[in-house]
Amino acid sequence: MREPKIIVVGGGLAGLMAVIRVAEAGVPVDLFSIVPVKRSHSVCAQGGINAAKNTKGEGDSTAQHFDDSIYGGDFLANQPPVKAMCEAAPGIIDLLDRMGVMFNRTPEGLLDYRRFGGTLYHRTAFAGATTGQQLLYALDEQVRRFEAEGKVRKYEGWTFLSAVLDGTGVSQGICAMDLKTMEVRTFPADAAIFCTGGVGAIFGRSTNSVVCTGSAQSALLQQGVDYANGEFIQVHPTAIPGEDKLRLMSESARGEGGRVWVPQRPGDNRPPLQIPVDERFYFLEEWYPKYGNLVPRDIATRAIHKVVFEMKLGVGGDAAVYLDLTHIPREVLDRKLEGILEIYEKFLGVDPRVEPMMVFPGMHYTMGGIWVDNEHQATNVPGIYAAGECEYQYHGANRLGANSLVSCIWGGMVAGPASVKYAQGLSKGCESVDVSVFDRERRRQEQINQALLRQDGAENPITIWKEMGSWMTEHVTVVRHNQDLERTDAKLQELLERYKKINLSDRTQWSNQTLNFARELYNMLILARVITLGALARNESRGAHYKPEFPERDDPNWLKTTRASWKNGQIRLGYEAVDTSLVPPRPRRYDVAS
Amino acid sequence: MAEKKSVIVRVRRQAGPNERPHWEEFELASRPHMNVIICLRDIAERPITRDGKATSPITYDSNCLEEVCGSCAMVINGKARMACSALVDSLTQPIRIEPMTKFPVVRDLSVDRGVMFENLKRMRAWVPIDGTHNLGEGPRMSPDTQAKAYPLSRCITCGMCLEVCPQVNDNNQFIGAAIISQVRLFNLHPTGAMHARERLEAVMGPGGVADCANAQNCVQICPKQIPLTESIAEVNRQSIKQALLGWLFG
Ligand SMILES: Cc1cc2nc3c(=O)[nH]c(=O)nc-3n(C[C@H](O)[C@H](O)[C@H](O)COP(=O)(O)OP(=O)(O)OC[C@H]3O[C@@H](n4cnc5c(N)ncnc54)[C@H](O)[C@@H]3O)c2cc1C
Ligand code: FES
Repeated sequence: MREPKIIVVGGGLAGLMAVIRVAEAGVPVDLFSIVPVKRSHSVCAQGGINAAKNTKGEGDSTAQHFDDSIYGGDFLANQPPVKAMCEAAPGIIDLLDRMGVMFNRTPEGLLDYRRFGGTLYHRTAFAGATTGQQLLYALDEQVRRFEAEGKVRKYEGWTFLSAVLDGTGVSQGICAMDLKTMEVRTFPADAAIFCTGGVGAIFGRSTNSVVCTGSAQSALLQQGVDYANGEFIQVHPTAIPGEDKLRLMSESARGEGGRVWVPQRPGDNRPPLQIPVDERFYFLEEWYPKYGNLVPRDIATRAIHKVVFEMKLGVGGDAAVYLDLTHIPREVLDRKLEGILEIYEKFLGVDPRVEPMMVFPGMHYTMGGIWVDNEHQATNVPGIYAAGECEYQYHGANRLGANSLVSCIWGGMVAGPASVKYAQGLSKGCESVDVSVFDRERRRQEQINQALLRQDGAENPITIWKEMGSWMTEHVTVVRHNQDLERTDAKLQELLERYKKINLSDRTQWSNQTLNFARELYNMLILARVITLGALARNESRGAHYKPEFPERDDPNWLKTTRASWKNGQIRLGYEAVDTSLVPPRPRRYDVAS
Repeated sequence: MAEKKSVIVRVRRQAGPNERPHWEEFELASRPHMNVIICLRDIAERPITRDGKATSPITYDSNCLEEVCGSCAMVINGKARMACSALVDSLTQPIRIEPMTKFPVVRDLSVDRGVMFENLKRMRAWVPIDGTHNLGEGPRMSPDTQAKAYPLSRCITCGMCLEVCPQVNDNNQFIGAAIISQVRLFNLHPTGAMHARERLEAVMGPGGVADCANAQNCVQICPKQIPLTESIAEVNRQSIKQALLGWLFG
């Protein structure tokens, strides 16, 4: 039998897990990543990872986890894959534990669990407040072990440019660029798994890392890989505003007892701790007595918007609310939340153990993504798979906190073996494809580079990027109006025109980051349009997508997945039914018991 | 009219690994909460030096922008720092920004730290598992052991401990504190400990723990406050024990 060949693009949690599973199957695998995989965005995850282990005697179960996730996602997720994920979650925690993740422990030496948003159970395993870092390192170490054994070959510092599709539309490999030498090269593979993360950079400033541009997803879309539910973007309620990044204050801060409040009196300028408790407005606790500060993110974010913009109660009249931990013993804070408290301290010079933090919502997570099928993480293009934040499968209209890490790892666990099975089932593999197919794609990509390098206009890529980001943040996040969405799409088209006149200010062929950024920028603009057009079309409110003109969820018309595709160089929106075969949709209300 | 404040930044530039370095100076508009990454982005948006010459944007590494990915280590005002958490207000101007010196320069401020990942491989810095199939829970661990191991597992491989270590130089292959501390981490884990011998043998080899000259710069510079000197002492102790046992029973 011929030896199959698999490529994984992206080395966050999803990508690394996919690599491990492919290597374990004895199939050689090449791993591509812009950054050394150990520096992937997954390191940013703070709060934890969900699994219904029921170690606190609360009667939690995987069925309850499943229900919370579907309900939290406002019934937009296809249910069978979510159920499979929730059932796999306890085993995933065991595996990570065996790999040596330094999870926090109980006195009995078992894993400790904390509470997170959108559930009433202690379901979130955590390693201090740097859980993602610890999980990523554990997988990175396993991959390094396979690398040392010669089963994995890493291409770090390479960026994916495009898939290589043969004449019948089947993927036969990828085209990538070495970010040092700027060499463009093609790599044959029977199957490629994409694990390229979220799209934060499209919103300019977000809680995401710099390389989370969605460029790969967009490039794939433009080659015929469908993109689903693009309009579902999670805005996290508690981030620290910053010019370069919105640094997250994890939900775990509230999971450990943190409280959100504003002064009751507008313009009350006293230092926070001088404001007596009965002159504070704990609006989440008041409006949502059952879940309190742990309502799901879309709910908390909209509540903060209301308090700040409608009720004009923002701290000091600004766009800010307090996230208060000062009532929690210092020892508990240091043991369970040190990682995030350190961030606040370092970047703002204020100790959140003694002074309430000032936070505001920020773009955080990409629920939508590459369309994949229900069982195999397979896209609509044969030979292309996707897992992790870059695909759309597990979170519906709103992701629950600590469900992403588990969905990434689970997606990788499924995609790995599925791609191997596909590759093994091929009668003829990528080696039988004519070299001209690869040459053509390489030349096409080289020409794009050369055109960009030659260009001599007056537009700066960073300026265009910032404009895109501020439009997207202002009009396509928490509150959406059709008129604004139309204007945003017009703006994006204007930016695409201006893009034709960008000047790189750097024409060298060595480690030219501007060239790479310009390529990403084009792809971001296209994906920004997918997000905006999806939002414009969806005339209802569901999960993170909220339109005051259409304030209710509209199941008869909109209980369906948006599926964007690329037809003749244009974005086309299509729709398909959601698989709700396991839990019948019910109204989603966190202000009353459900 | 309020006077517009500016930030003066001097960057040591180098077009490639074998090119001659030179300095460029930039004047940027000052804003609250600026960090060095924002300065570099400003330059990318308007790549013009202080004396009005057009230049190219600066090549540098960054990703998380919250000091957890380890990408952005550089030498700022003569000191190794993470650029994303280097706040302009706390720096004297002109701010001098240079690449780290103990790693090959790729271009401008970007350096190649691949050697650290290679050394992690050499030290077998992992917990060997039998497979990803379901084998039940991991070994129990006391909260005390976890509390000791967790800080070690926060190492971001930034390379600053190598940058400040006098033992890391052209004549010496010293692997540095970060890597030795990882040996300690994996030897602490119940499963990892079963394979401590392999790691200790590796760390007793060339460039290993014996090359530490106890300058203690590493522990002072570590952005994650990892007790690196403690790790070195502990690994040293384990190695000596291992060597003795090998000698007695080997
Ligand atoms: C601040 C923060 C805190 C979070 N906390 C939590 C939490 O507590 N719990 C939870 O469940 N979730 C959390 N999340 C979400 C979670 O961290 C992410 O969804 C998850 O880590 C994504 O992992 P991934 O494997 O899909 O992608 P990533 O980790 O983003 O990795 C993407 C990979 O793709 C590579 N890549 C991208 N584009 C290309 C390209 N064109 N070519 C080559 N390589 C490419 C990158 O180099 C990288 O290796 C948090 C997110 C943020 C921002
Ligand atoms: S960018 Fe990640 S540490 Fe600075």
